[in-house]
Amino acid sequence: MMSDTAFYKAQAEALFSRKRMMAAGLPLLVLFYLGYIFFAFDLPGLMERARMDNARALVADSYSYKTHVTRDNATHDVTIAIEGERKGTYAKGTAPGWVTFDGEITRIDLGRGHIVTYTPETIFYDMPGFGLIEATPTRDGGVVTNLEGDLPDWINKSKNRLAITTEAGRLTVTRNRTEVFRYAMGWELFFFTLDSPYHGHGPGEILFGSRIDPARSNLQGAWHDFWSNSMWRHGDVAWAIFETILMAFLGTMGAALVALPMAFLAARNFTPVMTVRFAIRRVFDFVRGVDALIWTIVLARAFGPGPLTGALAILLTDSGSFGKMFSEALENVDQKQIEGVQSTGAPVVARYRFGVIPQITPVLLSQVLYFLESNTRSATIIGAITGGGIGLLLTQAIITQKDWEEVTYYIVLIILMVMLMDWFSGILRRRLIKGEGS
Amino acid sequence: MADMISPAVSGGLDIRARYMALAQRKRMYSGLTLIVFLALMASGFVIANDRNAGGFWEGLPNIFAFPAQVVSEAGEKAALLPGHLVAFLPALLETINIAAVSTLLGGVLGLVLSLLSTRGLARFPRLIPLFRRIMDVMRAIPEIVIALVLIFVMGGGPVPAMIAIAFHTAGALGKLFSEVNENADLKPVEGLQSVGASWAQRMMLGIIPQVAPNYISYALLRFEINIRASAILGFVGAGGIGYELKNAMSWGQGKFDEAAAIFILLFGAIVFFDQISSHYRNRLTGGAHDV
Repeated sequence: MMSDTAFYKAQAEALFSRKRMMAAGLPLLVLFYLGYIFFAFDLPGLMERARMDNARALVADSYSYKTHVTRDNATHDVTIAIEGERKGTYAKGTAPGWVTFDGEITRIDLGRGHIVTYTPETIFYDMPGFGLIEATPTRDGGVVTNLEGDLPDWINKSKNRLAITTEAGRLTVTRNRTEVFRYAMGWELFFFTLDSPYHGHGPGEILFGSRIDPARSNLQGAWHDFWSNSMWRHGDVAWAIFETILMAFLGTMGAALVALPMAFLAARNFTPVMTVRFAIRRVFDFVRGVDALIWTIVLARAFGPGPLTGALAILLTDSGSFGKMFSEALENVDQKQIEGVQSTGAPVVARYRFGVIPQITPVLLSQVLYFLESNTRSATIIGAITGGGIGLLLTQAIITQKDWEEVTYYIVLIILMVMLMDWFSGILRRRLIKGEGS
Repeated sequence: MADMISPAVSGGLDIRARYMALAQRKRMYSGLTLIVFLALMASGFVIANDRNAGGFWEGLPNIFAFPAQVVSEAGEKAALLPGHLVAFLPALLETINIAAVSTLLGGVLGLVLSLLSTRGLARFPRLIPLFRRIMDVMRAIPEIVIALVLIFVMGGGPVPAMIAIAFHTAGALGKLFSEVNENADLKPVEGLQSVGASWAQRMMLGIIPQVAPNYISYALLRFEINIRASAILGFVGAGGIGYELKNAMSWGQGKFDEAAAIFILLFGAIVFFDQISSHYRNRLTGGAHDV
C-alpha cells in the first residue's frame, strides 16, 4: 500500500518535472533558433544595407506628388511637368495658378511665403526668416551665389551646383538647368490628364454643367478620358484585375472538374482495385508537390506569358489538392443512402447522382469556393512570374522605382479585389450549402 | 364511398403534379446554372487564350518539350547532379528557414490577434471589430506585395520574404485561431479570474492549454503553405532556392542540369514536409488514443 503510493508519487513527480522541462525548454529552443536566424539572415548587415531614403521617398510619393518647373539656362525655356513626366507636361503658355509669367521673368509661389523668381540672369529665392538667396549660373564660373560662411544643412552648395530643400519645396541650380519642385498632396491627374478638356472640372460641372467639349456629351467624353487616362491607365488596370480573377476562376473550377472523376478512382469505397487507387493518389501527390512555381515555369515555356498559363498552373496544382480532399470526402459518404437508391432498382449513374453527389456537394462546394478566394491571391503572384494580370502591372511599377503612387493604387486595388472575392465566395458558400440542404 | 374516394385521389394527383412541377422547376434551375457556369468557363477560356502570348492548342504539343530538355540535359550531366544537390542545399535551407521563422512569428502575432478578437476573451471587447478588420486586411495582402516593396527598401535577401509571409500568416492563422477559441471552455478562465489572475495569465493558463493542439495543427498546415510561398518569393528576388532557380532558368540552356537539381530539391522538400506535417496533424487532432 505504502509502496504503491510512493510509486505513484514518484511517477507524478517525474511527469511534473518533465512538463517543467518542456515549459522551460521549448521557449529556450525557440530563442536559440531565433538567435541562429538572426545571424543566418544577416540582420546586423541588413541595418546597414537598408535604404531609409528609399523608404522615405516611397512613403512620401504614395500620398503626394511634385511638380517640376524647369528652366534651360541657355535658352531660358521654362517647362512645367507633373512628376517630370512627358505625360504630365503643361502645354506651352499654360501653367498652374502658382506660376506666373511676365515676359522673361517667371515667378513661382511655393506657398508659406516662399517665392522663387527666374530672371534671365539670376535666380532669386525669397525665404521668410532667412532672406533673399541669389544664384547666378555662369558659363565658366559655375554657380555664383550670395551665400557665404557656415550654411545650414538644408543648403547644399558646391562650385557647380546649389540645392536648397525646404518644407515648401526644393530648388536646384546647376550651370545648365534650374529646377523647382513644388509638393502637393494627393494623386496627380488621377481622373484626367492635362490634355483632356475635363481637367480641372468638378463632378458637378461635368454631370450637370454645360457641355465642355462640343464634340461629345459630357458624361461620355469624361468617361472616355478617364478610362484612357494615359498616366493611370484605368482601363488597362481594370483588364488586369479581370485577368487575375479569370486566372483564379478558370484554374479553380477547371481543377475541380478534373479532380472530381479522378477522386472516385482514388476513393477506397468506389475503386476496390488497389493499384489504380495507388497510382491515382501518387498522381495527386505529384502535381501537388511540384507546386505552382515550377508548373508556372514549365507551362510558360509551352504557352508563353499570359493569363492562360497562370490559369493552367493553378489548375494543375489544385487538381492535386482537390483530388486528395474530394477522395477523402468520398470515403466518408454514408453507404446507406446509396443502398437506398439501389434498392429502388436504380442504375449505377442514378446511384451516384442521387446517392453520392447530394452528400458530398456541400463539402466540395465549400472547399472549391474557399480555394477560389485564396487563388485570387496566388494568381496575383503567378501573374508577377508569368507576366499577366495585376501582378505584372505591380512588378512593372515597382521596377521603375518612382511611380509609388501607382504602386499604392495597385496595392489598394489588390486588397479590395481579394476582400471582394472573399466576401463573394462567403455569400455563395452560405447560400449554396444552405440551399442544398433544404 | 365513390364520393369519398374521388377527392382523396384527385388530391393525391394534385400533390403528385405539384411535386413533379417542383422537381421540374428545380431541374430547370440546376440546368440553367450549369449552362451559365459552362458558358462562363468557355468564354473565360477563350478570353484567357486570346490574351496569352501563345495559344493553348499551339502550346499543347510543346508541353513536354521543356521538361524533356531538362531531363535530357540532366541525364547527360548525371555525374554533376549530386554535386548540384549539395551545392543548392544551403539555399533550400534558407527557404525552409524563411518559412519556419515566418510561421513562428506570424503564429505568435496571430495568437495575440485571435485572443483580442474572440468574444468572451477579448481584452478590449469594444475593439473586437477593429482587430477582425485588421486580420482581414492582413490576410488579403498577397505576400508578393509586401516582399517587393521591402526588397526595394532593404535590398534582396531573406528578411523581406520573412516579413511578408509572417504578415500574411498572422492574418490567416489569427482567423483560424479565433474560430478555435470560440469553442474553448470558459470555466478555467472564470476560475482564474476569481483568484485575481491578470488577462495575460488567464489566457496563458486558462485558454492556451485547451487550444494548443488545434493551434499547432493549423500552424503546421501553414508551415507547408509557407514553404511554397517562400520558394515563390525567392523567384522575385527574396533569396533562397527560388532565387537560385531564377538564375538557373535565366541562364537558359546549359544550366538546365542545375534547374533539374533545384526542381528535385524543392519537390523533395515540399513532399517531405507535407508528409511530416500531415502525420503530426493527424496525431494532434485525430484523437488522444495514439498520443
